[in-house]
Amino acid sequence: MSWIKVCSYEDLVANAGIAVKVMDKQVAIFLDPEFNQLFALSNWDPIGKANVMSRGLMAEIEGVLTVASPLYKQKYCLSTGVCIDEDIVLPIWNVKLENDVVWLAPK
Amino acid sequence: MSNITQLIRNTDKPHLIIVGNGMVGHHFIEQLAQLGAHQNYKITVFGEEPNLAYDRVHLSEYFTGKSYHDLAMSEPSFYDNNDIAYETSARVTAIDSLAKNIQLADGREFSFEKLILATGSYPFVPPIKGHDRENTFVYRTLDDLDAIRECAQSAKTGTVVGGGLLGLEAANALKNLGLKTSVVEFAPRLMPVQLDETGGALLRNMISTLGVDVYTATATTQIVAGNDAVHRMEFANGDYLETDLILFSAGIRPQDALAKQAQLKVGERGGIVVNDYCQTSHDDIYAIGECALWEGRIFGLVAPGYSMAKVAANHILGFQGEAFTGADMSTKLKLLGCDVGSIGDAHQTTPSAKRFVYQDDFLNVYRKMVVSEDGTKLLGAVLVGDNSYYDTLLQYYLNGITLPSNPQSLILPVSDGEPVGLGIDMLPATASICSCHNVTKQDIAETISSGSMTLGEVKRVTKASTGCGGCSALLKKVVDNELLALGVEVSTDICEHFSYTRQDLYNLVKIDEIKTFKELLDKYGKGKGCEVCKPAVGNILASVWNDFVLKKEHVSLQDTNDRYLANMQKDGTYSVVPRIPGGEITPDKLIVLGEVAKKYNLYTKITGGQRIDLFGATLSELPHIWEELIAVGFETGQAYGKSVRTVKSCVGSTWCRFGVNDSMTMAIDIENRYKGLRSPHKLKFAVSGCTRECAEAQSKDIGVIATEGGWNLYVCGNGGMKPRHADLFATDLTDQQLITYIDRLLMFYVKTADRLQRTSVWMESLEGGWTT
Ligand SMILES: Cc1cc2nc3c(=O)[nH]c(=O)nc-3n(C[C@H](O)[C@H](O)[C@H](O)COP(=O)(O)OP(=O)(O)OC[C@H]3O[C@@H](n4cnc5c(N)ncnc54)[C@H](O)[C@@H]3O)c2cc1C
Ligand code: SF4
Repeated sequence: MSWIKVCSYEDLVANAGIAVKVMDKQVAIFLDPEFNQLFALSNWDPIGKANVMSRGLMAEIEGVLTVASPLYKQKYCLSTGVCIDEDIVLPIWNVKLENDVVWLAPK
Repeated sequence: MSNITQLIRNTDKPHLIIVGNGMVGHHFIEQLAQLGAHQNYKITVFGEEPNLAYDRVHLSEYFTGKSYHDLAMSEPSFYDNNDIAYETSARVTAIDSLAKNIQLADGREFSFEKLILATGSYPFVPPIKGHDRENTFVYRTLDDLDAIRECAQSAKTGTVVGGGLLGLEAANALKNLGLKTSVVEFAPRLMPVQLDETGGALLRNMISTLGVDVYTATATTQIVAGNDAVHRMEFANGDYLETDLILFSAGIRPQDALAKQAQLKVGERGGIVVNDYCQTSHDDIYAIGECALWEGRIFGLVAPGYSMAKVAANHILGFQGEAFTGADMSTKLKLLGCDVGSIGDAHQTTPSAKRFVYQDDFLNVYRKMVVSEDGTKLLGAVLVGDNSYYDTLLQYYLNGITLPSNPQSLILPVSDGEPVGLGIDMLPATASICSCHNVTKQDIAETISSGSMTLGEVKRVTKASTGCGGCSALLKKVVDNELLALGVEVSTDICEHFSYTRQDLYNLVKIDEIKTFKELLDKYGKGKGCEVCKPAVGNILASVWNDFVLKKEHVSLQDTNDRYLANMQKDGTYSVVPRIPGGEITPDKLIVLGEVAKKYNLYTKITGGQRIDLFGATLSELPHIWEELIAVGFETGQAYGKSVRTVKSCVGSTWCRFGVNDSMTMAIDIENRYKGLRSPHKLKFAVSGCTRECAEAQSKDIGVIATEGGWNLYVCGNGGMKPRHADLFATDLTDQQLITYIDRLLMFYVKTADRLQRTSVWMESLEGGWTT
């Protein structure tokens, strides 16, 4: 797997998302500060048809951590990309944090 | 596209071949996969279209932004994973029913044990002279739509031949492609199959006012080259119509060519004859979907095709399954923005049937119920203009429920809210809720009692409401009703993380002096919070403590609009609305707004709240735009969030000869006083300089009108979807009194209202209510 360096820990926002561009694709990265857990998935909202997922609110639904699209509010599981309201899946990325540097790799 | 070389192996399993990979063919494969058919059969599907099956029902959405991938019924991996071989762009040209093999257009042959014909239907093109000229189309496949889209780019006008259901849908598509659109229908009215004369006439009126020209009772005799457009359509009555693009939608015909060639039994007017198990006249050949003729009937809808697919799959695999017993053809649709519904015997052909009719030419609605002679059963119905009556009527019809003693109440208008509904309890357990996937009330009850406790979960398990989607409102009601019956409390908790109402949370925040979401969650909630409680608590914290909402500990609570001080638009860009208190602005500031808009190429629009909205800013441009605006003294107008919006105002006594007080200054003072206040929902104000009320204060949350004796204060009005006239709260107030009263009222509202409750609804929900 080839990891790509995308940003530093300081660039992340706790309990919220940011967007980065890797290999010409927009990826949304979310930080759950409790155990410094990172999630990365496509920034493209397949229903709203815009690169906005990083700007959605993080929402925990029955124990599953999701992000709600800021456009039409569908929620996507942060770790699998599966939409819980519609039959649709967001592509997800491998993500890791090493010495305050955030790395991404395509899945 | 094909996986055939990987998958076709020499196995001694018998070969099951499916011809046609449309919606029904695909559903059949899903059924096979579910039943584990690949253990007994080698399965192969051939489809003529270049793509794997897609959702034809929503074909028109291809013109409104959806791609093939959005419409696809599954991924290719679905076929791979279930060991199903497929080949697209592969037309089957012949069947040898004795030798049991088929031939493809390229000459390859495959032998079969079982063959399923799911070849659908093709659009009928009337054999008018000139029907095959260039720039004439049909509306059935993605390829058709690609061709139409391309032609529409150079066309100005388009004409649909055929004013049935599909014809009107196609007309809408042409209109949306920017063409001046006409519809030419041979019958004396639109949608002759589903609507009666009055309904058809009303629909025609509504469609004409939308700018689509409708010609009924019009037969086209020939199509020739036009003078001003590509074609000239000549009509039997001597008139003609010139148009650049012609789209034929004059009905569909079952695609039974293969069956004819194989000498299977076909109907006189087409269609492959099948029995109750979808077998054709050859026991090992089945036909399902729109190509099949059952008891002399063709079913041009997807739901009956899905039932056939299920019946056939069970039968082939030897499972004890149900037989096909026909299907209901009732339909409800929105055509060119007009609601149309048709149930059962819409034309009142049942002898001695009686009817109830309601018609309103002002609101353009028409409703008819056809009932049995004794008035106890519903036999059919026609609805034009308002489909909110459809679900209830359909349930009465489908389940043979005895009508109430005053059946007309089912189609009479109601003064508030929804039409008279049918209590969900009244529906029998066998009532079909979703006809696409044949889900009954009982199926839903069983799904819930085996642990699916939410609407989403029920949808996923039963697939209800994932077909055409027409049943979604009914499904929700049934689910709610079942949950209630199980004693599941319908709670007033704001979400799963806090077992409190908004009002409770407000009080907790205030009394315990809680300053952050985390504190509140640790003390009174559980989990991590969600998109409901986060903004709600963020809002309460802002109301109570008035902290900067973008502080580190608050920023993740804010919706994107609050976070970026702008309103997200549908393409992900933002619109920026600087505050212009009272609508008063200097020429210099106006110039800056213009310059900024020009520099960042923003679309500008004057809002209803007397300010200027700049659309189309990207996220990265927002800081630069704000820097330039702040430099000349602008701040955000908070046209987002649950907060104070604008104070609309008239110019008042300074300029107006009727004005009795300075409404302008009062408006600016009020806006500056309350701006930034976070509240349960948005707040709008207005101030008028005299009782002529040019600022429309009586439709605002807070409305102020100048009088000879001071100010009159109106409260809790609303415009919008559910207008409410504001209540007169106090009269002849001094400036100081006015502000004190508004302060108190807003404090009470912020403290006691529900989440997302406008002042109008809040006022009516207050204990004791508001009596004037
Ligand atoms: C614009 C539009 C809107 C519609 N709206 C609705 C609606 O709101 N509600 C509703 O219930 N229905 C609606 N329908 C009808 C619905 O789409 C059909 O009932 C459904 O698609 C029928 O499925 P089918 O598989 O029988 O046929 P099809 O979906 O037509 O599939 C048949 C497939 O077989 C292929 N084929 C044919 N012959 C051969 C051959 N010899 N070899 C290989 N392949 C072959 C064809 O290319 C085609 O892909 C609509 C249809 C259209 C066009
Ligand atoms: S409300 Fe009265 S004062 Fe204000 S503009 Fe209208 S007429 Fe003039």
